Amino acid sequence: MKTPGLLAVAVLLALAPLPLLVHSDFWLHFAIMTLYFSLLGQAWNLLGGYGGQRSFGHAAFFGTGAYAAAVLQVDLGINPWACLVLAGAFGAAAGALVGALSFRYDLRGSYFALVTLAFAEVFRIVADSVPFTGAGVGFQIPLRQAAVNFQFHEKAGFYAVILALTALATALAWWIENSRFGAELVAVRENEDAARALGIDVNRTKLWAITLSGGLSGFAGSFYAQYFLYLDPRIAYGVEVSVTALLVPLIGGVGTVLGPLVGAVALRALNEVSGTITGGAPGLNLMLYGALLIVILAFLPDGLVSLGARLRRARPAGRLGHA
Amino acid sequence: MLEFQILLPAILNGLATGAVYALVALGLTLIYGVLHIVNFAHGSLLMLALYGVYFLYTLLGIDPYLALPIVVPAMFALGYALQRAVIATASHGREENILLVTLGLSIIIDNFALYLWSADTRTINPSYAFSTVDFGGAFIAVPKVVSFVGALVVTGLLWLLIQRTDLGKAIRALARERQGAQLVGIDVDHIYAMSFGIGIACVGAAACLLLPSYYAHPGVGENFVVIAFTVVVLGGMGSFAGALVGGFVIGLTESLGGLFLGENLGKIGVFVIFIAILLFRPTGLFGQRA
Repeated sequence: MKTPGLLAVAVLLALAPLPLLVHSDFWLHFAIMTLYFSLLGQAWNLLGGYGGQRSFGHAAFFGTGAYAAAVLQVDLGINPWACLVLAGAFGAAAGALVGALSFRYDLRGSYFALVTLAFAEVFRIVADSVPFTGAGVGFQIPLRQAAVNFQFHEKAGFYAVILALTALATALAWWIENSRFGAELVAVRENEDAARALGIDVNRTKLWAITLSGGLSGFAGSFYAQYFLYLDPRIAYGVEVSVTALLVPLIGGVGTVLGPLVGAVALRALNEVSGTITGGAPGLNLMLYGALLIVILAFLPDGLVSLGARLRRARPAGRLGHA
Repeated sequence: MLEFQILLPAILNGLATGAVYALVALGLTLIYGVLHIVNFAHGSLLMLALYGVYFLYTLLGIDPYLALPIVVPAMFALGYALQRAVIATASHGREENILLVTLGLSIIIDNFALYLWSADTRTINPSYAFSTVDFGGAFIAVPKVVSFVGALVVTGLLWLLIQRTDLGKAIRALARERQGAQLVGIDVDHIYAMSFGIGIACVGAAACLLLPSYYAHPGVGENFVVIAFTVVVLGGMGSFAGALVGGFVIGLTESLGGLFLGENLGKIGVFVIFIAILLFRPTGLFGQRA
């Protein structure tokens, strides 16, 4: 499975000069949102895809990163670039906290999904109640367009940042596929008891995975805050983020390097098309997400990246015996 | 004495709400106990039923309590159809996918409601909405009293159905041993769908009892699904008595939490119990070790 990793790197490299070729803000925004989705999806994929720990509450890590970035730069005057790094650290810490609690008490499957969801909801209610997040009113980052403030006049600047972050996430996934840690993580996913019997420290492996995943989600949160300059508890800790995070890799292909990229492209494209048709009526967008989730699970449970293999298998002639 | 005068109504209201929570959770625990499905769409289906009751009242003038014979069978049919046509098909029987399929369902239903009926909070005002009953100085609204009694009656009927009928026997057999049940000629797919339908019928009954003192809103499902899960994990997944006790505990937590911490932070109490139970005693108070 080494080719997809190299392919992913090639794809991302090929995307780098995009702002030089495309001058339309619409398409740059599309590219930025696609990469942002694939960053969030890859974050989920590290834990849910390779580790088999399917979270319903990635908003807990995303929102913590987003609020950390916003609050630290506005209230404490820390440079927004430093805040990006700190957001990753906060996201990772939130991941480690949730992971330490739920893995220590051996929550698996549905129980893990539910407890992550509950954490995200608790964080949302807290963000709704404490003063420093601006509570229900929301939190605004003042407009100070300058590269040093991680605010760009041109979309190309945001594009470069999100491309680099997505490349980092993709590289992490590639590393997981090719490292001992990744092999252990996959072993844990396939059979925890067998993995333990082989001497793998199951809890530590899962804890590292959720910490990495939380860190990447924190980056995504910080990027979101800088790009939109506004947060409220529903945006940061709402269901939409958690669902996006899991839907992207599910559409593309869970537990693959390329899956989140493919899934993000498909989901964003669909978003644009449906947005044009429905004129952005409230709720329709998420309704589409739900329908997509069911359709993918029903007809293409291994995601779009499995489509190639499926088609090859469907072609009967000239194949040697192969189940 | 003043303390008590504030406390008593809060306790009684908490118990009344708790009885309805228990009824909703019974449906969830039945579905879990038999199908081993964590039905994430449970709250959304309750929301849908609340709208059903609301429109029966506003458009046709049918009293919520008299709507029971319409809403309960309708929700049963919907549950039966959902299990057979969507959940069983789309998940390919893989447990990790079932949760995602029901999550997808809940997202569709919630946002469908938001699209169709907007985010307005809808309430009804039947003639008895503001009548109260005096319990030793605590005045409790009539709809609350009815929902308390009604929820207990429905729970009793459900218990009889499971314990005393052939259908109930088949359901219990399937919950215990799927292959064995299949071997003695139980139609597994049919009984699975029946169980799911009965679980959703409970939600329909809860909606009828709830609406006179509650409201219909697209976000109701989101609130209720966590409450129902909390009740179920608190009582122990699949346990009947557990769901009942859990319902009362959560109802009381919510009403007392709201009293002491304020509305917004009061909601946290439920989540804190939920997380704590999942972490420290995932089998719940009455559950058996898996």
